[in-house]
Amino acid sequence: MQRLSAALRSREPLLVLLPSLVATAIFVYGFIGTSFYFSLSNWRTLAVDLSLREPLFQTYVDMFRMPRFQADLRNTVVFTVLFIAMAMGLGLALAILLDRKFRARNFFRSAFLFPYALSFIVTGVVWRWLFNPETGINLIFDLLDVNAALEVAGMAPLAPGWTTDPSVVLSVNQVLAAAWPAGAEFQIEWGVPVALVPVAIAATWQLSGFVMAMYLGGLAGIGQEVREAARMDGAGEARLYRSVIIPMLWPITASTAIILLHVSLKIFDLVFALSGPGPGFATDVPAIFVFEMMFRAARYNLGAAASVVMLLLSCLVVVPYLARTLRRREQ
Amino acid sequence: MKRLLPALFALLFSSCASEKTATVEVFSWWTSGSEAAALQTVFDAFRAEFPDVPIVDASIAGGGGSAARPVLQTRLVGGNPPDTWQTHHGAEVMGQYVEPGFAAPLHELYVEQGWYDVFPEAIVETVSKDGAPYMVLLNLHRSNTLWFNKPLLERYGIEIEESLSHEELFGIAGRLAEAGLSPLCMGDSGIWANGIMFENTLLGVLGAERYLGLWDGSVRFDDPVVLEAAATYSRLLDYLNTDHAALSWDQAVDKLVEGSCAFYSMGDWVYGELAQAGLVDNVDFGWVAHPGTENAFLMVTDGFTLARNAPHREETLNMLRIIGRRQVQEDFNLKKGAICARTDCDRSRFGAYLNWSMDSYATDTLVPTVVHGSAAPADFQQALNDALTVFVVDRNATSLARALTEAAAMSGFGG
Repeated sequence: MQRLSAALRSREPLLVLLPSLVATAIFVYGFIGTSFYFSLSNWRTLAVDLSLREPLFQTYVDMFRMPRFQADLRNTVVFTVLFIAMAMGLGLALAILLDRKFRARNFFRSAFLFPYALSFIVTGVVWRWLFNPETGINLIFDLLDVNAALEVAGMAPLAPGWTTDPSVVLSVNQVLAAAWPAGAEFQIEWGVPVALVPVAIAATWQLSGFVMAMYLGGLAGIGQEVREAARMDGAGEARLYRSVIIPMLWPITASTAIILLHVSLKIFDLVFALSGPGPGFATDVPAIFVFEMMFRAARYNLGAAASVVMLLLSCLVVVPYLARTLRRREQ
Repeated sequence: MKRLLPALFALLFSSCASEKTATVEVFSWWTSGSEAAALQTVFDAFRAEFPDVPIVDASIAGGGGSAARPVLQTRLVGGNPPDTWQTHHGAEVMGQYVEPGFAAPLHELYVEQGWYDVFPEAIVETVSKDGAPYMVLLNLHRSNTLWFNKPLLERYGIEIEESLSHEELFGIAGRLAEAGLSPLCMGDSGIWANGIMFENTLLGVLGAERYLGLWDGSVRFDDPVVLEAAATYSRLLDYLNTDHAALSWDQAVDKLVEGSCAFYSMGDWVYGELAQAGLVDNVDFGWVAHPGTENAFLMVTDGFTLARNAPHREETLNMLRIIGRRQVQEDFNLKKGAICARTDCDRSRFGAYLNWSMDSYATDTLVPTVVHGSAAPADFQQALNDALTVFVVDRNATSLARALTEAAAMSGFGG
């Protein structure tokens, strides 16, 4: 009896963990496996057909050939870079400004953090109205006589199409074609779709307050003596931040960037409410592709294939980060 | 205590049971002003006869069912169907609901109600398998209508005759554009609205016979005539209002009414919005067939199914009986801006436009819509939407034709 209870006790951690292990195995890894199997199957109508599609991985080949999916991959990269640069930059700037002692400090901290409390859908709808080319922000340009001034100066009036602008700037297609002959067959422009800029602005508006809060936490951890030491060594305010404080904030920067990165890789609701796929798929993202292929076209295998690719993209980012953190903890 | 427990159980079960017999769940995407009002007339007729049966209105907003169908699809595959749901004729009802076995046959109901005599045979055939129809038809929309703001055109001294060719339309559009007006209205935040204009142009350039050929494989999508249609469509795109990508289809109707754009190539659900706004046929607005489609009726018809294993079968059959009734179809379609699927409706109740549409329906060639899912399976419909999303920007007719040819082959039609 005594031996039995001892044996039980030694396995206690395992027993306690077992329910969540089973749940994770089924609802996470089991479902990932099922999705992967669907992506290899012939299931492309509402009638379930789970036979394997020949040749294997043909659905993936079809998908990477689709101009729409190519545009989605391009948009993910462009949106990620724009959004993370803007949100991190703005968040850091706000944190540095609020790090000083002044009276309305707490008010501003809450004000900047507030958008983070909203749902992406709400943000999307509001910014959709703001970015309507005929009734939104563009009216302010008229009211402020910006356009009148431009006209006097002989320039075209400032009336950006925002999310309705289909143009792609900084195209690298010719460079691609020169480096890789098959690249000439790309149907999409590899560059920066202008319509993604307003989407990145809306996302930045929502999440820069979160970045600010992370940095404020980091700044609070940097002691007064560090600043004083730097000043003693003759560093001015700008130098103090550039050479001492911002480098010391590096762990915050890294983990915040990872969090934002996985927001941007998986983004759906904000884009769906703000602009949808956009003209010429200028604002389409993989998550919208998955949704439309699965639930509008009933091409379950294609939708599953795209979600597997999304998972792999997230893994590319998260796995190295986890590996690094774990290694550091062992040390 | 011992007696209380069984009593509680009995109460629980009886309440469940009574709930099971007492409702009927109707799933549709009719939520805009005229649509919701029209659906309400059906519900009112049902309530008048079956006051004890509450109706669960499971409507989800979104033109053409773009948001509703994903929800429906999930419920059907998950084995939790609504009792009856809205669908279009042809490929949509047959491919998505009849083939996988989600819908139940309605042959006996058709016989009992004498519907074989009042619904046109040509349409009943497109919703039937092995001689049994699977859907009760309610309304018929004509999709190939070109609407215009009559007072606005009169101000520019433009009069529209009984028909209009593409070249005449481009001539007028050029003049309006010079005057600083958007000649064509469009609200394609959902790309399907632009798809309607493409489909109308395709029908106009190909003619009814070759258009029908696209769906049985006798005409291919890389045929030169399709490229010609794409070129014409591309010219039409040049004349759209600049904010079209930010508007929904009904917001573009508002622009037409305001007079900030002049023509709108769109199905006659537009008429429902115009009538709802209190505008008068032939005075405040006018219409012609979309250029080149004078002898064709591009048909969008809605109807309701019966779910196989419907949770409330008897109530649902009653609902379908109501939907097929002449009086109900008249009331519904007056609000909806459509004509009856039944051929024996009282024409005098309908306005000038709908009488015009009924004439066209009686004499012209009936052709199916692809944008609303009747001509081709859902995956082709999506492929067309995707190809048009790209075409609106790059205007490359060759790659449009190639994309559609490949999609047709994948969907299993179009040799």
